[in-house]
Amino acid sequence: MKNSIRLHSDDNIVIALKDFKKGSCFEFNSEKIVLQQSISFGHKIAVVPISKHSKILKYGLSIGSATEEILPGAHVHSHNLKTDYVLSQEK
Amino acid sequence: MKGYLRKDGRKGIRNIIVVAYLVECAHHVARQIVSGFADQDIHLVGFSGCAPNDYAYKMMQNLCTHPNVGAVLLVSLGCENFNRTQLAKYISESGRPVKKLVIQENGGTLSSVKRGKSVVKTFKSELNNVERVDFEMSDLVVGTICGGSDATSGFTANPSIGKAFDQLVAKGAICMFEEPGELIGCEHLMAERAENEALGKELVACIKKADNYYKAMGHDSFSEGNAVGGLTTIEEKSLGAYSKSGSLPIQALIRPGEIPTASGLYFMDVVPDGPPLWGFPNINDNAEIVEMIASGCHIILFSTGRGSVVGSAISPVIKVCGNPKTYENLSGDMDINSGKIITEGASLNALGDEIVALITAVVDGKKTKSEQLGHQEFSLGYKYFQYGKKNCDL
Repeated sequence: MKNSIRLHSDDNIVIALKDFKKGSCFEFNSEKIVLQQSISFGHKIAVVPISKHSKILKYGLSIGSATEEILPGAHVHSHNLKTDYVLSQEK
Repeated sequence: MKGYLRKDGRKGIRNIIVVAYLVECAHHVARQIVSGFADQDIHLVGFSGCAPNDYAYKMMQNLCTHPNVGAVLLVSLGCENFNRTQLAKYISESGRPVKKLVIQENGGTLSSVKRGKSVVKTFKSELNNVERVDFEMSDLVVGTICGGSDATSGFTANPSIGKAFDQLVAKGAICMFEEPGELIGCEHLMAERAENEALGKELVACIKKADNYYKAMGHDSFSEGNAVGGLTTIEEKSLGAYSKSGSLPIQALIRPGEIPTASGLYFMDVVPDGPPLWGFPNINDNAEIVEMIASGCHIILFSTGRGSVVGSAISPVIKVCGNPKTYENLSGDMDINSGKIITEGASLNALGDEIVALITAVVDGKKTKSEQLGHQEFSLGYKYFQYGKKNCDL
């Protein structure tokens, strides 16, 4: 079993391919990343430091911006990532 | 690869007889005719509505002259509004054998079924003589949709289809993806991939139309279940669906029934024009599959996570399953296990290769799982399109 998948080489997150417990670790680019929270299958894990307001990249493309500084091993979800999409009606 | 050469010059990968009912009232007779044949090359399609609809007529016209179709039996009650004479003439002009069977003029159900079966028997012997010719990648049209998606679809099945699309287009095939309602948030990226600036604007206008349409239907594209599954933003969810399209430039926007002729990647706008009129754009996955077949698709790549089992009339459906547990559970229905990305660490490129290899085999006659199981789902409803007009101008 693979533990995580990175969909594009530009991505700053990977997708968990198993349910990770807080404190467990996995290898990313020969570096050890320790998980700051429990993270479920299908959820996003930061693999590099991400500064506030910078883009979260998945498929090499932006899926929104960080609302706070995010450290490697952190869960990336609605508590620290927000959409940049402006609904077409409002444009 | 080998294909069936039709008299209009198009090449098919199957040699099918279509029995088409032209109103629900003729459905039973048509089904009885088809059910009398044990082999699976007699397919049932049709339009249930009695009131006429230009879109449904165009779909029926294109389906009855699809390159996989060799001959057509039209089954009519007699008093419905569908223009059977015009359709029969169109099919005949394509060089395909066609017969009309009008139940009210044929003594009712039993004698119509008997007559219909005898017509199909005649067609079968005629189709044995269809010329087999070389079928190149540049003759192939492939479409993709997703249905029964789950958290895995966006990072296994969909991007592996995207890899296959990149290879197919590079080899000269026509590929198409669709459903603007699932791509809300991706329009700026689609515009960047457009062949020219005018198409970019058209794609943005198309997504905006879809957003308005689905909102009017009371449909929100992002659900709580998506968040539980790990998706955070609308653009993230849409990118998962978008990844089926691969990475090559988008050549043009087409509406259902418009048939591309040059190699490349096409986007199908399935959301009707004008104010919402007859409900949801497509009431189920097969209504979308039918539209892509009407635009010429020989094969449909169907991405699923929870495990759809459907196939289709006229063109084979290849099921690409993203979730390894679903694959294990429904292996009799699934053609490709993209879940190997999770369980074996297989690469997206390797899965793309596997899909392209299977497509080559299916062109040459290998039956997909849904074909083996006899799946021939079909769905066609009412819609309104302003063919020939651009979304930007509507």
